[in-house]
Amino acid sequence: MTTALEITKVSKIYGKGDNAVKAVDQVSLDVKAGEFIALVGPSGSGKTSLLAMLAALLSPSEGSIFIDNSDLRKMAEKERTRFRREKIGFTFQANNLVPYLTALENVSLMLKLNNVGNKESIQKAEQILVRLGLEDRLSSFPRQLSGGQKQRVAIARALVHNPSLVLADEPTASLDTDRAYQVVKTFSDLIHEQGRAGIMVTHDLRMTKHVDKIVQMVDGKIVNIISNQIEIEALSANDSFGMPIQIPQNTSSQLNIPLAPPPTVSTPARV
Amino acid sequence: MSFYLSIREVWRNRGRFVLFSLVIALITILVLFVAALGNGLANANRQFIDKLDADLIVLQENVDLNLTSSRITQDKLEDIKSIAGVAEAGLLAFSSATLVFDNGLETLDVSIIGVTPGELGNPSLLEGNPLNNSSANEIIIDNKVADNIGLQVGDQVSLRSIQGEDESFFDLTIAGITDERQFFFASSVIMSLTTWNEVRPQASPAPQSGDVLGNMVAVKLADGVDQSIIEGRLINTIEKIEVADKITVIEAQPGYGPQQATVNAQKGFAYLIGVLVVGGFFQIQTLQKVPQLGMLKAIGTDNRTVGAAALMQIIIVTIIGILIGGIGVFLLYLGIPDSVPLSFNVPTVLTAIGSLLLIGPIGGLVSIRIALKVEPLTAIGLSS
Ligand SMILES: Nc1ncnc2c1ncn2[C@@H]1O[C@H](COP(=O)(O)OP(=O)(O)OP(=O)(O)O)[C@@H](O)[C@H]1O
Ligand SMILES: [Mg+2]
Repeated sequence: MTTALEITKVSKIYGKGDNAVKAVDQVSLDVKAGEFIALVGPSGSGKTSLLAMLAALLSPSEGSIFIDNSDLRKMAEKERTRFRREKIGFTFQANNLVPYLTALENVSLMLKLNNVGNKESIQKAEQILVRLGLEDRLSSFPRQLSGGQKQRVAIARALVHNPSLVLADEPTASLDTDRAYQVVKTFSDLIHEQGRAGIMVTHDLRMTKHVDKIVQMVDGKIVNIISNQIEIEALSANDSFGMPIQIPQNTSSQLNIPLAPPPTVSTPARV
Repeated sequence: MSFYLSIREVWRNRGRFVLFSLVIALITILVLFVAALGNGLANANRQFIDKLDADLIVLQENVDLNLTSSRITQDKLEDIKSIAGVAEAGLLAFSSATLVFDNGLETLDVSIIGVTPGELGNPSLLEGNPLNNSSANEIIIDNKVADNIGLQVGDQVSLRSIQGEDESFFDLTIAGITDERQFFFASSVIMSLTTWNEVRPQASPAPQSGDVLGNMVAVKLADGVDQSIIEGRLINTIEKIEVADKITVIEAQPGYGPQQATVNAQKGFAYLIGVLVVGGFFQIQTLQKVPQLGMLKAIGTDNRTVGAAALMQIIIVTIIGILIGGIGVFLLYLGIPDSVPLSFNVPTVLTAIGSLLLIGPIGGLVSIRIALKVEPLTAIGLSS
């Protein structure tokens, strides 16, 4: 498998002087094509900041990021915009879809932005939406879709243009457990099938059942990487109360893992 | 791409956008009517002078170019004609009187205008024959009066004017019909100076003897001569006169300036309201769309596309508004009585529509700026 993403000693410092916050601290990580990674960690640990840098939305304070061997540091603003639409697929926590476009149009938009012809765009968008079980909802507007359906449309959009890297920030935050689980499963299947590099930020360890690696961040640093499938299964099964990130001390390997802050049970669902 | 987005957004929120277009339509109606009113009022004041085939107008000095105060004698006309570079000149006199009809029609106040038959000041005709010197008691009326009253060449009309303490009535024959020429808010009735002198309102019924007096002399210059040189020549050679071009004279008539200024202020305010309303609407609408715009930029939409989509949307809505407004103006115009001095002419309407088209983008500048400044980072819930 080829390396799709190479993160080397990346840091992000917000603010200056006394107000400086080191949100990401010397993070290094490689992700291969076809690999699906869960990025977990307590609130404020720097997950979103890291994701934003990988998405070429935010410049690292130090370190380098290569996606498909392209150095993000060397890109001007315009090139980064183009890079995002060509090489990166996104699902966001909220406001994923354009409200005045149908499900089909939201997905084909991604191809149209990349100058794919109208007919081909629609055909490909339809294909992937069908694959995600949305064949009945092609011409529905986002407001007519349930949270899970919306996330599936977003996933379709994140994958339809064959990006090298797919980034998902809490794709399940607004879903109930069963639906969230289904969404992640389909996401994982597609990433594996199509050979994309995928990174999913999540608070919910149960959602990590289908990932290849769990990367845990605390205070901007990667403190643990779990790639053993048995450990992953155990972790995701263990967290049976829907509690956010709570890695049991004994199952983790050598690293000493600081505990996350007390679980915030039943975070209000965000729409 | 920006077209794709803006068209879909407008179409799929058509209820809201049409409602807003209606606001622009109302502003369009207001602006067009005010413009037409300004035009109509101006015409009512100046149409006769506008259509006069003259380059310069000579008036008495020290009357502030006021046509009704100015007095010019026949001798001065001869002096003017003798100046090199003057091709034609004609004495004109203005007053007002009333046409009365025996078939139960309402009386009609008119401007009576005296001209020298054959000389400058006689209007071109649509029908009939020009005035001729010997033919006293002949008149030329404009086609608006002819159509409204149902008068034809050869018909007799009765003109009433106050002479001394009595009303005098004069029977006049229509010799010809010209196009619409209002003057001082009334239709023009044109006659020879001799007739004019007889029928005009005056202190005693007996026609005054001696020199025929007029209010102004219209002057047409020879081809290729410099207007300002002739102006100088006239003023230096002839005593007690003042010379100006038509526009200057029109603008100097009492009431004309303030009236047009009022109309223009109304138009200006209507445009300003338009800019503010468009600005407010699109600003609120764009602020509501910030997360969506951030998302579009995050997935790789160029800033230019986002800005162009915002602009296009404003233009689409403005055009729809103007179209609806234009249709509204047309329908309303059909129902408005003739007595309202509305005059739609192509330049006025085009200028108004052009300015209205601009209020959209000008009003929308702030919202476009907001759209352009949205950071893609907001899509992911961060800010830089
Ligand atoms: N624009 C900013 N200016 C200053 N500090 C910031 C800024 N954005 C984020 N931070 C800080 O950086 C740290 C990491 O934030 P980040 O949003 O990346 O964490 P996170 O792991 O995504 O948290 P959560 O799970 O709550 O989404 C936090 O301490 C946050 O307060
Ligand atoms: Mg976050």
